[in-house]
Parts: sequence; structure tokens; C-alpha cells
Amino acid sequence: MTSEQLAWKIRRHGIEMTHLSQGSHIGAVLSVADIIAVLYNDIANVDPADPKMPDRDRIILSKGHAGAAIYAALAEKGFFKVEELKTHYADGSRLSGHVSHKGIPGVEFSTGSLGHGLSVGAGMAYGAKKDNKQHKVFVICGDGECDEGAVWEAALVANHYKLNNLVAVIDHNKMQSLDFCENTITLSPFADKWRAFGWNVIDIDGHDHDALRDAFIKAKESIDKPTVIIANTTKGKGISFMENDILWHYRFPHEGEEYNSAVAELRAQMPEGITDMYGAEESFKEVAATKEVEEQKL
Amino acid sequence: MRDTFVRTLIDIAKDDKNVHLITGDLGFGVLKPFWEQLPDQFTNAGIAEQNMTSFAAGLALQGKAVFTYSIGNFPTLRCLEQIRNDCAYHNANVKIVCVGGGFVYGSLGMSHHATEDLAIMRALPDVTVLAPGDLVEAECATRAIYQHQGTCYLRLGRGGEKRIHEKIDDFQIGKAIKIKNGEKVVIFSTGAIFDEVVDAIQSMEEHSINPALYTFPIVKPIDRAAIEECAEQYELIVTVEEHNIIGGFGSAVSEVLAELPGPRARILKIGLDDRYSSIVGSQKYLRDVYGMSAEKIVKRIQGIFCE
Ligand SMILES: Cc1ncc(C[n+]2csc(CCOP(=O)(O)OP(=O)(O)O)c2C)c(N)n1
Ligand SMILES: [Mg+2]
Repeated sequence: MTSEQLAWKIRRHGIEMTHLSQGSHIGAVLSVADIIAVLYNDIANVDPADPKMPDRDRIILSKGHAGAAIYAALAEKGFFKVEELKTHYADGSRLSGHVSHKGIPGVEFSTGSLGHGLSVGAGMAYGAKKDNKQHKVFVICGDGECDEGAVWEAALVANHYKLNNLVAVIDHNKMQSLDFCENTITLSPFADKWRAFGWNVIDIDGHDHDALRDAFIKAKESIDKPTVIIANTTKGKGISFMENDILWHYRFPHEGEEYNSAVAELRAQMPEGITDMYGAEESFKEVAATKEVEEQKL
Repeated sequence: MRDTFVRTLIDIAKDDKNVHLITGDLGFGVLKPFWEQLPDQFTNAGIAEQNMTSFAAGLALQGKAVFTYSIGNFPTLRCLEQIRNDCAYHNANVKIVCVGGGFVYGSLGMSHHATEDLAIMRALPDVTVLAPGDLVEAECATRAIYQHQGTCYLRLGRGGEKRIHEKIDDFQIGKAIKIKNGEKVVIFSTGAIFDEVVDAIQSMEEHSINPALYTFPIVKPIDRAAIEECAEQYELIVTVEEHNIIGGFGSAVSEVLAELPGPRARILKIGLDDRYSSIVGSQKYLRDVYGMSAEKIVKRIQGIFCE
């Protein structure tokens, strides 16, 4: 599988999962899909056959509301059955809206309250260094999340202890919950802030897979500084009517026009070599039928 | 409940320009009427609850009546020391408002399950704690905390709750509300779980158990007099809360009961059995799984009578 194929599948699952569950945060899932796809597909040392292997790279999704993207990536990578994605949000499910590690192979850490992940990641990176471990720690944060003071406390500590094994990726989609970041709490000059905190800063297009791969490789080569990849993204990326619209932080793709055009737009962008997992409309109904059975089992 | 809260607050804030609402980047579709009608009395503090709360304390100490708003655990646990030191200890006129008490955000995961907030807020001196049970209580509670000088915590449910009371004549901080008399058993309910309690009572009446019913929209200060009276009058006091069984409303009632001399009612505390939920689902579903649905409330009470 290529990272482009995985990113497409994450988006496709994201639409299906939020549609079925009537769940929120599809905009945030579409925004981070490419970052997660490149990380899991091409960069991180993780193994579905041995999810707890001691020298695995650690990945924390600090913007836990985009948990659907992690679940989709892990399922596609074979950590658990793709079928289970349909239980997202459902009664009795372990796949909570915000990413949870309990009983889910491959999820490193549960989040949902913003502003915790980078500190936890710094702790992991510090521990790894103490024990001369070679693995890396990747933490994916939102830009609105950077309003939280704790993010900057972690930034101080990571610089102080020269945690070059820590990589933060900011999904810099310029939006948060009610408005654009700049209309809420000004972040700019954003890259300069990180530089002033002593971090190695890489500023890229967060939907460009080559740029993402390059950035991760450069980050791994950092000798004495933690790295922040500022991934410039678009909230709702890939579905025209969801892009840059705060509504899609909350709204789910409704049955009919919304769901149909979202799927149609995605299908028009489908990379070669894969097919739509949800097939034609008939097989979608099949999927919905299995959902009931699954739920009763759980 | 959240819409009732916002409507009431708009009413209050139109008359009192000193009222200020601060959100922690939440309230899409809920707070909109407020910020559209009263933009000068509204601030989005961003995703930064600790800063929001201390900022609110500062603003209050400048003479404003400040309401902070967020969901789940974010306006409370996330900024606990800011509430304790900056608001409560300085008697700052800050009203902390949470939408989503209990399992309102059941599907979103444990970070969004607000199931220890009553216990924790109740443990802070000089914090008044309210958990209205229906839309009428929510409106009264909003007005009451506005009238009450000092730090208050208002725990709301979600949207779509019912109006259960017709009206409340004498809503007072420190007072429980008697809904009906009964025999042998009295149920004390706090917060939005009230609707399950009402259903439970209906179905018990069909089985000729006739419990008395009180709501406690004010968890702190707790209505001692009502508890003492019921302890004499009934054999069993049942507390129901959408909250951990430790430290919350049931504990508050127990503390009063335990100190009473002489024979008194025994207590049954219904709530979440001291755990986090790693499984998710709707509020209704999780209430049932953790023994707080109408059906489970009835079973627990019947269980005691069959002992
Ligand atoms: C501590 C905390 N406060 C508030 C929230 C509610 N919340 C969930 S997502 C969100 C906006 C996040 O914006 P950003 O970090 O930019 O992520 P994006 O969705 O844009 O990727 C907010 C405020 C939360 N989850 N945690
Ligand atoms: Mg953002």
C-alpha cells in the first residue's frame, strides 16, 4: 500500500464512520489524514503482529477528536479488523469518538482533552533517552490546541532536555472550534514562536506526501533539538463543501445529498490500485446490516 | 438545558451590563444567540481553560459578574487549582458552567464523561454547587447563581431535556424541592437523571411501591433539614446521581445521615460504581449499563424490599 492509498482509505472510512455514527469532527479527520497515512505507512516502526514491541516508535494523537483517522489507519494496517470501524461511537463499542487505547491494539495513548499529548510525548522521549533507546516519539497536535499553556510547557521541557527523539506535528489548518485561530487567539508568528522555544522547525504543505516524508526524515536526523513539523493543512480537505467551514467540525454527512456527494468527490480522487471498500450502494446497505449484528455481539 | 441556560443568561445580561460570558472555545450553536445579541459582553478565551478561569477571576475582581462556559470536565477538572485559589479563595464572582454532566457525551469517550465533578467541586470551600434536574430547575438555578455573590458551579445536562416541574415557587440555594410524599421509601435525585427517576417512580407505583420524591438542584450547601426530616419519616433513602458513587451527592446525604442520633432511615446510593467507562454509547445506554436507568433504579429498590 502507498501512503496516498492509505490516506484515501482513511478519508473514506472517516466519511463512512461519521455518517453511520452521526459523529462529529470529520473536518479534523480529513485535515490530518495525510499526516497519519505517511507516518504509519512510511515512517513509524510499528508492527501489527507485535503492537507492544518495546522498541516501537510511539505515536500520540493529541488532537484526540480525530480518533477516527487513527482507528482507520490501524485497521487498514492490520492491527484489528476493518469491520470493527463500523462500531465507532456505537453502544457498547470500544472505539470512542476521542481516541482510546483500552483494548485497541496499536493505540499508544488515550486523549480527548486537548493539550496533554506533547507533555506525555516529552516524558516518553525523556525516558527513551535515559535508557538509550533508539525509537522516536511522534505527537500530532491541533493548532487551536496550541492555545493551551501546557503545550508550551512541554515545548520548554523538550528544549531543555534536548529531546531530539521527539517530533511534534502541528495540523495547522488555521481553524479551531468556533472560528479561525487568528480570530480566536492569535498564534502568529507561529513558526517563530517554536524557534524561540529552541525547536527545529520544518514548515511544509501538510497534504504533500513527499514533503511529509522528507520532513519526517529530517526530523529523525536532528542532533540536539526537538523538531516541530508545521504541516499547513486545510480543515475538511478533499471534500469541497467541507473545506474551511467550521460547520464540519460538528456536522456529520447526512443521508442523501451530503453523503452521496462526499463519496462521489472522494471516488473522483481515488488513487490507482485500490477500490472503494464500501463498494456500490447495495453493499453499503449490507454493511449497515452487519452493523446491527456486530453491536449486539459487543 | 443548555438552551434554557443561555436564554436565561441573555435575559439577565441585557438588564445587567456587568455580566460577562467567557467560553473556552465551545458553544457552537448554543452560545450564538448570546454573542450575536451581546457581543460586548462575550469573550472567547480559546482552548485554554486554566487561563480562562484565572482570567475570569481577574475580571470578577474588577467588578464583573463572570460566567465561564465549557463542556464535560474542561471548566472544572482541567483548571481545578485556578478555581480553588483564584476564584473561591478570593470569593471572586465567577460562575462556572458545564454542559454535559454525566454521560451526556457518552460516545465521545472517557475524556468527555463528567463523572467526578460534583465530588471535586463540592470539596472546595466557598464553592456553591448546583445540578438542575429539568428545564425549570435550570432556569431557576441560572438566576440563583447570578443573585448569589461568590464562586458557583452549575452542572447542566444537554439539550432536549424535559420540563418536569410545572413551576417552582420558592427556589433557594440550600433548599431541596419536595415533589411528593410517599411510603417507606424516599428518592433524592440530583441533576438530569431526574427523568429516569420519574420513570422509575411511575413503574414502581404500578407495583404498589409508592416512594416519596425530592430533587436536590443544590448539592452544596445541602439541605440538612430535608434529609433529617426524611430520615425520621422513611425507612429507606435512595440517592440517584449520574456521577461516581464516591464523594458526590449520595456521599453528601450520607454525611448528614451518619451524624444523626437514634434510629434513622438506611441509605442506598445509586450512581457510577467508582470506575471509568472505556466502552462508549449513548447517554441512555451508558446509564443502563452502569445501573442508573429507570429500570435499574426500580430493580435496586425492589431488591432491598425483597431482602
Ligand atoms: C481541553 C479541551 N478543551 C476543549 C475541547 C473541545 N474541543 C474539541 S476539538 C476543539 C477544537 C480543536 O481545534 P484544533 O486543535 O485546531 O484541531 P482541529 O480540529 O482544527 O484539527 C475543541 C475546542 C477539548 N477537546 N479539550
Ligand atoms: Mg485547527
